[in-house]
Amino acid sequence: MAKSEKCSLRKEFTKGLLRENPVLRLVLGTCPTLAVSTSMVNAIGMGIAATLVLICSNIAISALRKIIPDKVRIPAYIVIIASFVTIVQMMVKAFVPALDEALGVFLPLIVVNCIILGRAEAFANKNPVIASAVDGLGMGIGFTAALFCMALVREFLGNGTLFVDAQNLLGVFGDNVLGGFNGVTILNTPMTLFILPAGGFFVFGILIALSNKISDKKKLPKAELHGCESCPLAATCSKVITKKEEHKV
Amino acid sequence: MNTAQVFSIILTAILTENFVLCKFLGICPFLGVSKKVDTALGMSVAVIFVMLISTAVTYPINSLLNQYDLGYLQTIVCILVIAALVQLVEIVLKKYIKSLYNALGIYLPLITTNCAVLGVVLLNFDNSYSFGLSMVNSLGAGIGFLVAMLIFAGVRSRLETADIPEGLKGLPATLIAASLTSVSFLGFSGVVDGIFG
Repeated sequence: MAKSEKCSLRKEFTKGLLRENPVLRLVLGTCPTLAVSTSMVNAIGMGIAATLVLICSNIAISALRKIIPDKVRIPAYIVIIASFVTIVQMMVKAFVPALDEALGVFLPLIVVNCIILGRAEAFANKNPVIASAVDGLGMGIGFTAALFCMALVREFLGNGTLFVDAQNLLGVFGDNVLGGFNGVTILNTPMTLFILPAGGFFVFGILIALSNKISDKKKLPKAELHGCESCPLAATCSKVITKKEEHKV
Repeated sequence: MNTAQVFSIILTAILTENFVLCKFLGICPFLGVSKKVDTALGMSVAVIFVMLISTAVTYPINSLLNQYDLGYLQTIVCILVIAALVQLVEIVLKKYIKSLYNALGIYLPLITTNCAVLGVVLLNFDNSYSFGLSMVNSLGAGIGFLVAMLIFAGVRSRLETADIPEGLKGLPATLIAASLTSVSFLGFSGVVDGIFG
């Protein structure tokens, strides 16, 4: 019994990393992925912030799943998520002010990140607390990993650096951590296009193509946006435009 | 609030800092609902509508919060007000303005979690715009969304007949097309400063 429980927990954890990676496979949370992946430090900061919110909201929603009436569950989830976002936002403002400035409006916008509401709706409201926490951790790390890959390519090609402004994050642990490491410059004449918005779309497209290639080998379906169907609210929304109707509209 | 300021905010929101192509707000509907020009148009008009209403409603609420030193509640209050508002608007339209409901109704529930709407509201607060300028900025952002959606819907309809390499078919090709559309908006950088600077 204990063994099978452990086994299923590991499955919940690893599915978020690759097989159901929220960004590359489920195509959720595209806005923050594109917006904050201009530097690796921002990407890691955003990833950690979103992961914290995801774990906390998954735990809270899972613990309250038998209390929240089914009909008002989405507003209830939004309140829970927004509360945790506010807490994380205040913590970032207090401890990592430089990151708060770099992420700007995308920090409070974690509220409307579809990964978090999506996990609440698809997982946390049906599963026990520990499994939900592990699911949140896995999905959060998957999100961070995808952001990190995007940022690695974009910062390297677009700015010619790696880990620039690393002290923004490391500053939490005190002055001069890692000998004051603040990133390395590798390319002297970078292709600025890659840190511009256009480069974001381009790198994301290529990453999705690569992840599709890998999924193809493992006989998994391609990542695709389905309009209404991929929206986490589809289950509650009475007017989901199905594929057939979309032709009519 | 003078005319030059109004035009500068509108042009910035539409061209140089287009919400979708430069600020990455509202990417989900941009990629999801832009297959046909009609749906793209309906969605964008609904977004403009909701952006204007939510700015009008959240602005006084935010001043009230600030007055009582409750500024930290901004995110929670705004998202709740917007979510409730969209539901309310849907009910009112359904009852009283049937034709508008038929045109926009299907898109309204989708907009609640659209980050462009919450984004424009929060950006207005961050820039500490007055009520009038907030409305102007929201209108500009909405029109910018509309322009991006319409252009991209056109691009995508051409993409359907294009000969795309096997590995890039589907979403990757769409994203690369979005990248090229975004490049075209790079051409506007500096235009607004050039006119009003």
